[in-house]
Amino acid sequence: MSTEVTTAMKINTLKRHFRESIKSLGRNSWMTIASVSAVTVTLILVGVFALIMMNLNKVASDLENDVEIKVLIDETAGKADEKALMEKIEKLPDVAESTYSTRENELTKLVKDFGDDFKLFEQSNPLRNVIYVKASDPQQTAKVAKTIEKFNYTYDVMYGEGKVEKLFNFLNISRNVGIVLILGLLFTAIFLISNTIRITIIARRDEIEIMKLVGATNSFVRIPFLLEGMWLGILGSIIPIAVIATLYHNVYKIIAPRLKGELVQVLDFSPLVYQVSALLLLIGVLIGIWGSFMSVRKFLKI
Amino acid sequence: MIEMKNVTKKYPNGVVATNGISVNIKQGEFVYVVGPSGAGKSTFIKLMYREEKATSGDITVNGIDLASLKNKKVPYLRRQIGVVFQDFKLLPRLNVYENVAFALEVIEEEPAEIRRRVMEVLELVGLKQKVRMFPNELSGGEQQRVSIARSIVNVPKVVIADEPTGNLDPETSWEIMNLFEEINARGTTIVMATHNREIVNTIRRRVIAVEGGMIVRDEHGGDYGYEN
Repeated sequence: MSTEVTTAMKINTLKRHFRESIKSLGRNSWMTIASVSAVTVTLILVGVFALIMMNLNKVASDLENDVEIKVLIDETAGKADEKALMEKIEKLPDVAESTYSTRENELTKLVKDFGDDFKLFEQSNPLRNVIYVKASDPQQTAKVAKTIEKFNYTYDVMYGEGKVEKLFNFLNISRNVGIVLILGLLFTAIFLISNTIRITIIARRDEIEIMKLVGATNSFVRIPFLLEGMWLGILGSIIPIAVIATLYHNVYKIIAPRLKGELVQVLDFSPLVYQVSALLLLIGVLIGIWGSFMSVRKFLKI
Repeated sequence: MIEMKNVTKKYPNGVVATNGISVNIKQGEFVYVVGPSGAGKSTFIKLMYREEKATSGDITVNGIDLASLKNKKVPYLRRQIGVVFQDFKLLPRLNVYENVAFALEVIEEEPAEIRRRVMEVLELVGLKQKVRMFPNELSGGEQQRVSIARSIVNVPKVVIADEPTGNLDPETSWEIMNLFEEINARGTTIVMATHNREIVNTIRRRVIAVEGGMIVRDEHGGDYGYEN
């Protein structure tokens, strides 16, 4: 019985907090609009940036996975030597797989890629037998290549030296620049939200004073403001979610067909856009609550 | 009920508002606190409901030790104390009923209980006919009645009033005083800071005179003692 009463009371209280927080948004409509706009601008940029970064990551990992080591086998190696070499390579801890390809096979590929002119070489094939090696972690490619180089009967070891590293460097730099930019924007949004809440608090100073005089607990006084901050964040994330969904839908329509059959692909609309939308909503709610928390702490002194 | 031992309050700016005050107010007493402006009356009163925290000394209110009371627990102290002000402190956008109910809503009282108790106290203060009116539609005396109703709606052990008749004409002041006497007659302790000489000299009760942060006089049935 008594727990029932307590629960009913809690629900009433919660309803009251929600009602108060929503009413308050309307009462300070100009500040509400200002903070919601700030959150909106911030989240649009966060969203676009997230879409770009996630696609660049995809491109990078596509390229990365394509990186393989080409081990040219010395012509003096016999069948048994080749087999021994391959076994030795496969025993290396960082090697995921290796494939053997004969010189004839290599020439066929060359002709296929670059045209019939290369058919001339069918008379005297200048190519060598090859072992293709993939590292289990693409980042370890260089290390694996250097180890294989020292083995007997290797004529040459080749991999896309430098290119992958450059791409990763570029990704890291743009990610850092983006993060700094977004942090700046987030702080601006938090600042504006805490200002809005501050004005709400000032507008309701008398009410808060009376609440405290008649014995309202601190959390009772605080919760409506935190809820109000949360609403600001949620309202601010609606437009950004619509923008990134529309934007990505259209960009995908243009880019995806052109990349058909290519090594590099962009991410599909689903689940990417849903994930980014959820992220934006979460960020909106968090900065809303955080912004109002700062104000409440400072101006209520409770 | 309210016990102070050697209580000193020094504000951060160096002003000593109360200087070693000791006093004992029993349950059911009616106490006037008098003295010139700036003598420390307000601080003396504010110390009782922990609006101000004593710098040194002990204060016990209804068995609660205010010195060791954590800030988080202050709301529970306040629920046992009703406070009435000179400027009423009503919320202008709430009507009479809502202003009184507010005190119970914020302590998460049950809705049915809120309705019952609000109507009960509004009847006591004689405003049952005006529950739907807003503060700006009421006279000063009526507004003070609403604020008194709010202060007693959660049945506190003590009502603390800071110049409750300060903004009212003499006739209305008497009506408000009658109300306080009635509340006192029901066993509620009343502590009232006042400048109203006529009231103190007519409704004779215990008078505590504060000057320079110290109690200079404490007599039952005393007079106001100042020319104002």
